[in-house]
Amino acid sequence: MSGHEQFAEDLALLALGSLHSDERVALQKHLEGCASCRLELERLRGDMALLNLSAAGPAPPQRAKDRLLKAVAREPRANATAQRRPLRWLVPWFAAAAFILLAVFFWRQSDTLSQRVAELQNESAQQLAQLEKARRVVATLTSEDALRVTLVAAQAPPQPQGKAIYSRDRSSLIFLASDMPALPPQKTYELWLIPATGSPIPAGVFKPDARGSATVIEPPLPAGVPAKAFAITVEPEQGSLTPTMPIVMMGAGE
Amino acid sequence: MVYAVAWRVLSDTGAAEDVLQEVFMQLWRNPGVFDSSRGNLAAWLGVIARNRAIDTLRKRRPETDVADVVVSVEPDMAGEAERGRAMEKVRGVLADMPAAQRSALEMAYFEGLTHTEIAAKTGEPLGTIKTRIRAGLQALRKAFTS
Repeated sequence: MSGHEQFAEDLALLALGSLHSDERVALQKHLEGCASCRLELERLRGDMALLNLSAAGPAPPQRAKDRLLKAVAREPRANATAQRRPLRWLVPWFAAAAFILLAVFFWRQSDTLSQRVAELQNESAQQLAQLEKARRVVATLTSEDALRVTLVAAQAPPQPQGKAIYSRDRSSLIFLASDMPALPPQKTYELWLIPATGSPIPAGVFKPDARGSATVIEPPLPAGVPAKAFAITVEPEQGSLTPTMPIVMMGAGE
Repeated sequence: MVYAVAWRVLSDTGAAEDVLQEVFMQLWRNPGVFDSSRGNLAAWLGVIARNRAIDTLRKRRPETDVADVVVSVEPDMAGEAERGRAMEKVRGVLADMPAAQRSALEMAYFEGLTHTEIAAKTGEPLGTIKTRIRAGLQALRKAFTS
């Protein structure tokens, strides 16, 4: 509109359709060659469209819609012009498109809901299974006829074990050993009586047989010595008067 | 909006229905009269409906061919929510407008009076009426472009 201010007010009147015919003709002639005035006219019509929004009124009655649909249905098909056909052709297309869009929408909704239901059912089934398992565990643990068995590793090597039976009054000692590890060459096991007071007292030497079994029967001991414990060490073949550390086995009297 | 505008102009349900029928049948018979380069469809239909209603009111033949009507407007009026917001804004602009300006604009737009008729009716100079009508339309535009 720059440079065309003289037309500004007349353009508004032209848009409103209230320009006198002679003025209208002159302005329309100007518009043919003036893009900026044409654009201003389009904007003025846009302003009118905004003004339409202030028009509050009743909604069209149903009969107006029925009338419109009947009129559309009455439109002759045979004489349809080239411009009519596209819209007629578009009607079923739009209807089909709307139907398809709705169908896809509901299918997606339904599919999403079905997936959610399946997830919840799956979660519920898992929780029920866990609950049932917990019930069975508790029932077994509290059952009166339950057989309780402790198992150990089948391949575990047998542990060396020694049993000493000692009578202080008789100064008599019997010692039985099993599963003793084989000794290094020129070494022997030595049994010690650990008295309540004083140094360990030698109580015999022994070498296990091929199965690891060995015995010491009534070795020479001082009379009447109270024993607190018994111990075994590995000593030179002839034995020692004092134990050589470490102690490989030890046991206190019961 | 087509029916509401026609009803506002004609204040008659039967006549408003005729305009509704005519505008839509015109589009139905000749869909080529509108394409997206003419602006958004709702705004275009509203302007066409107003012009047709004014023609009916003034018992005159249509002055402008619908094929020549191009509408350039900022808000998209196709959506219900956008149209509602725009409606509130337009009503606000009209309420803030000086009464004489609003009156001149509404007489020109909804009653289809010429500026000469408005000047005669209000006793105001012709130039003043022209200015008020244009300024009123510009105030609406400004509210949507600022």
